[in-house]
Amino acid sequence: MKFAVIVFPGSNCDIDCYKAVEQTIGQPVDYVWQTATDLSAYDAIIVPGGFSYGDYLRSGAIAQFAPVMAEVVKAAEAGKYVLGICNGFQILTEARLLPGALRRNKNLKFRCHSALLEVVNNETPFTNEYSKGEIIDVPIAHGEGNYYCDETTLAQLKANNQIVFRYVAGANPNGSVEDIAGICNEKGNVVGMMPHPERAVDKLLGSEDGKRMFASILNVWREQHGAAVNS
Amino acid sequence: MAQQLTAKEPTPEQIAEQQIYKQMGVTDKEFDLICGHLGRKPNYTEIGVFSVMWSEHCSYKNSKPVLRRFPVTGPRVLMGPGEGAGIVDIGDNQAVVFKIESHNHPSAIEPYQGAATGVGGIIRDIFSMGARPVALLNSLRFGRLENERVRYLFEHVVSGIAGYGNCIGIPTVAGEVMFDESYEGNPLVNAMCVGLIDHDKIQRGVAKGVGNPVFYVGPATGRDGIHGATFASEELTEESEAKRPAVQVGDPFMEKLVMEACLELIDTGIVLGIQDMGAAGLTCSSAEMAAKAGNGLELYLDEVPQREEGMTPYEMMLSESQERMLFVIEPQHEAQAREIFERWGILCAKVGKVTDDGRLRLFHKGEQVADMPVKPLVDECPIYNKPSQEPAYYAANAQIDTSAYGEVTDLTGALEKVLASPTVASKEWVYSQYDYMVRTSTAVRPGSDAAVVTVPGTRKALAMTTDCNGRYVYLDPEVGGRIAVAEAARNIVCSGAEPLAITDNLNFGNPEKPEVFWQIEKAVDGMAEACRVLDTPVIGGNVSLYNENAKGAIYPTPVVGMVGLIHDIDHITTQAFKTEGDVVILVGETKAELGGSELQYALYGRTEGRPPELELALEKKVLGAVLSAIQGGLVASAHDLSEGGLAAAAAESCISGGIGAALELSTDLRADHALFSETQSRILLSAKPDKAEALLEQLGAAGVACARIGTVGGSSLTINVNGQAGIAAPVTQLEKVWKDAIPCLMN
Amino acid sequence: MKATVYVTIKQNVLDPQGAAVEGALHSMGFQEVGKVRIGKYLEFELDTTDRLEAEQRVTLMCEKLLANTVIEDYRFELEG
Repeated sequence: MKFAVIVFPGSNCDIDCYKAVEQTIGQPVDYVWQTATDLSAYDAIIVPGGFSYGDYLRSGAIAQFAPVMAEVVKAAEAGKYVLGICNGFQILTEARLLPGALRRNKNLKFRCHSALLEVVNNETPFTNEYSKGEIIDVPIAHGEGNYYCDETTLAQLKANNQIVFRYVAGANPNGSVEDIAGICNEKGNVVGMMPHPERAVDKLLGSEDGKRMFASILNVWREQHGAAVNS
Repeated sequence: MAQQLTAKEPTPEQIAEQQIYKQMGVTDKEFDLICGHLGRKPNYTEIGVFSVMWSEHCSYKNSKPVLRRFPVTGPRVLMGPGEGAGIVDIGDNQAVVFKIESHNHPSAIEPYQGAATGVGGIIRDIFSMGARPVALLNSLRFGRLENERVRYLFEHVVSGIAGYGNCIGIPTVAGEVMFDESYEGNPLVNAMCVGLIDHDKIQRGVAKGVGNPVFYVGPATGRDGIHGATFASEELTEESEAKRPAVQVGDPFMEKLVMEACLELIDTGIVLGIQDMGAAGLTCSSAEMAAKAGNGLELYLDEVPQREEGMTPYEMMLSESQERMLFVIEPQHEAQAREIFERWGILCAKVGKVTDDGRLRLFHKGEQVADMPVKPLVDECPIYNKPSQEPAYYAANAQIDTSAYGEVTDLTGALEKVLASPTVASKEWVYSQYDYMVRTSTAVRPGSDAAVVTVPGTRKALAMTTDCNGRYVYLDPEVGGRIAVAEAARNIVCSGAEPLAITDNLNFGNPEKPEVFWQIEKAVDGMAEACRVLDTPVIGGNVSLYNENAKGAIYPTPVVGMVGLIHDIDHITTQAFKTEGDVVILVGETKAELGGSELQYALYGRTEGRPPELELALEKKVLGAVLSAIQGGLVASAHDLSEGGLAAAAAESCISGGIGAALELSTDLRADHALFSETQSRILLSAKPDKAEALLEQLGAAGVACARIGTVGGSSLTINVNGQAGIAAPVTQLEKVWKDAIPCLMN
Repeated sequence: MKATVYVTIKQNVLDPQGAAVEGALHSMGFQEVGKVRIGKYLEFELDTTDRLEAEQRVTLMCEKLLANTVIEDYRFELEG
């Protein structure tokens, strides 16, 4: 299984995502610069965190027009796995691969700390290793993670089981609608989340609850491609 | 055209006759020297260039005689002071690069941008050495938070640091913040950056190879911060507001691109010399690069990318526009270098050439507009041995007997007051705004004695901290200077690391006042002695003088930034109590030392008397014994005793471990002294019950005083003194007081 | 032709910055203040003299990049 980590000018969690794939599931992974026009070699695409293009206009606003994004859209349509983390989530919403938008945190401050998440949907390719309702510890680090969508969209998200993670009750760090921390598209192959699973893959650094996200993707891919496939 | 532009500038005769140089901080004597070096009167550009190169900020003309007292070499030191940053060997062909730098005056005027550009500048110092920046720290001082302007400065300095560090993707992992009215109107903002490098990648800021081209990279030059270096070398007064240069605005996104492109360029091996354009911009970087190589330099100013129209040579040379670098390569590598910068979307312009005549020549619009000898410019600024005089307060203060204060009876209440004092209180409000986890190497997060960052691909890690208690330094600069170094070393050791070296940021008042100069001298003597005894040479640093407000000089605050090496990640230790039943051990002997203590400040609002004493030989013994115990796997937690003494340290170990402790002190001292004295060279340890005996034995064998004082467990912290109830409170209650203090003051 | 674009958070979407400023103004005694919205202001030159074309192009710019219409409204003025 082959992973791509997309790199925009200003991405800064690209290295962490790359390392996490290597460390947790040992699968081949490449950095793919934003000008790339072919992602056909990859089975999973990670859009990492950071401040793409400085995020000066709006987080993710400019990145959505990078040449590689057309390919990310194609990959998503083809059913490949796309994971947007933090700024990557913002980019995926700007590109309309995911509904809603991320606003400035309610207290207007950047917030970085451990966060407890409830796994709401464990049926996505990214979460099948978790149990439903399980509480996991995955850190956050963002200034604009306050998820918003209108009532209609929220009803759809719920009806389609598209809410993947919520912050545990009473510990919503940014004011997001219904404590939403991460969502998926209707098909479930595109997930966006503000917390950083790639920062939760080593006990030494505080938590390893993010490991299973990477393991989940590999599981699903192996099931689809037959267990005989050599990693 | 050139004439038309320069026509607006005063002529050499006018500069001399009207003494215009004085507005730039150049004295009559210095002006005469400059005329001597030039063999004529300087024109406006030349006097501008000389004035910034001969400012305290660039020349250290007032501090150099004192700085020479620091030990700067050691078996591990690969590069000492003089380059962008110092470098220390950490084995396996790897080295750690670090430096601290102040941005006090810009932050006093425009806190967000002042702090942000301070962070940006120190990052450039690190990557211009060829190193990958891996961590940021900052040491901050503000007035009291009850003051509205102080809250404004605090809030915006913190968000400026966050804005820059978070965007560029370098974790801000540690630092310190202290509050005292001494810093009102003149906050201290010292930023430190730590980087990793392979030995063979180390760069220098030298203009090597006559005939080689000089390149400028980064955003275009505007009229930002002209005379920033001079501004930093004067007292802040009401007129400063009017005189102030246009505020430099930081662009962390640009710096991220410049950093990645420069590191990629350095990786190719074609760079002969590289330096960032920091204070005094193009002037300082070009002159220093030429001087270090013993060469000259020609600059073609029309080629300098310009953001504003009609910029004069004077303005281009003195601009402090941010995120710019200067480098030298051989001409045949030009295309290779240009390709890299084009890919990162960064301007790259050939702006000069290395020459062999030892002169800095500037050309503009087809004319030579300045011609100055490089060596006098960089190395021959007159050095001043300022008069030094012991201030009257010093002797008067030392007479005050702090043990004569009435005994504090409500000890739990006193502990809560100390924990709620913003200097001691939790800094979560600050560090939760910093991304301290990006790069996924932060093994110990902000809030413990020192932060720990792992070295990828090895079992090694780096511990880092900044420390300085300005109150101690004020009460006795020499002892305070020693303590600053020793406390940093203690923090490093408590995290499981061997102290390697320090970078220092000497923040003092106006050195022209003999009393201030006395503080500088004494503090440096104390620090230098501590560095020698503790084997932590000074590998670089920064001097920030003229830190004064309406009431006079700030507390002398020589901030120490120290880095230590953890040989194996298994040695990483934190201050948090770990497990029910663990034995608590106090290392060191406690004396009644309350002068300059947090108790004195929190209860009485005073800073007086003698600060704690510090015996370096003892400190060294304690540090050695504790480090070997940690490395031997005997220690579960370690916490340095500092502000607030044993009581505060015990509370912090409980709070961070989320567990209580029952302690019993047996002492000849008064209970309040035993609990809150700030005697140095003490460390609070805990150990698993089956390791405690071995630990006590080992410490004893090393000749270190130590005592078993209780056990970890329960949900309360209780400390009895000689069998009498002293402190008793639920940990959650102490935690609330400690955590809520700063948020409450800020909201 | 010069274009001036204003981007603001939609009325029905919480604007945390606006709320903070409103709170500050109230605490300073400006009780008459309500519904503070903070937005972005952009100005740029357009190399055209065709007003209709300019309007269409700027609308497109706003829809595609300058505003996120999920949470933001925009309006613009053309001069010259």
